Amino acid sequence: MDIVVFFLAAAAAIATAVAVVAQKNPFVSALALLGNLVSLAVLMLLLEAQFVAIAQIIVYAGAVMVMFLFVIAYVGPRGEVGPGDRKPWLVWLAILAGALIAIEVIVVTYGATFSDWAEIDGDYGSPAAIGKALVTDYLLAFEVVSVILFMGAVAGVIFGTGGRPRRLSTDEVLAKEAESAEQRRREASRAVLDATRESMGEGS
Amino acid sequence: MAVSLPFFLALSAILFSIGLVGVLLRRSPLTILLSLEVMLNSVNLTLVAFSREIGGSDGQVFALVVMGIAAAEVVVGLGLVVAMTRREMVLDTDELRTLNG
Repeated sequence: MDIVVFFLAAAAAIATAVAVVAQKNPFVSALALLGNLVSLAVLMLLLEAQFVAIAQIIVYAGAVMVMFLFVIAYVGPRGEVGPGDRKPWLVWLAILAGALIAIEVIVVTYGATFSDWAEIDGDYGSPAAIGKALVTDYLLAFEVVSVILFMGAVAGVIFGTGGRPRRLSTDEVLAKEAESAEQRRREASRAVLDATRESMGEGS
Repeated sequence: MAVSLPFFLALSAILFSIGLVGVLLRRSPLTILLSLEVMLNSVNLTLVAFSREIGGSDGQVFALVVMGIAAAEVVVGLGLVVAMTRREMVLDTDELRTLNG
């Protein structure tokens, strides 16, 4: 039973990861990452890590992905960037690098011997056990993460609100409108001129 | 045949490589951030799998810390993307080379 769940979740995780990387539209990429996170949460449940699996879904799928989708909606179609003019050999070099790392890890783990799964009691992976570890053995890491999150929030606000487009004064708005009206007039007269020239050319 | 540790390690190696290829190949900063998330999550899976093997909660705590750092990193990255959009810059990492040496 476990093996069936594992391979289903693994296939879903790999397929969605490929979709994240290959999709042109970042919105679709973000939704594919959502699927990736859920299939990884299933795998973590398979490893008896209930709390981490639920935190994965609540923190990532609930909070981080919503932020991603908001920014993607804010950016709009400008976020879609195609493959561009990368040289093909660079593309193949990048794919080769990724494949080599995967093969390297798989070969190393294939040759290594691992002990079996440890015996665990029902408390393993529960919120109580994780919470106890977080505020006793790993209190420093816990506090450091909170400080880093705070710094991240401050940095996000500073980046997001800085560089606000300057509001134009009334004179500037009027000048801009006059300029665009002038340009429209010029274009219209050019169109008339072109049409006249064309008809004269046909006439002669 | 039961699921054992090497299955999880192989899967997370594959996911890590897919994310790495995305970071190397894509030019949109949004997609690069999403690929980074794939890489971080594959490492989380490894941490949880090793934690299960030794039967302690250390690896799970590490995975939670990685999640917190990843959230902070996403906030900064998305803040940069929003700032670039407000300044009407091109969202293309190949075009952003003002700080390039």
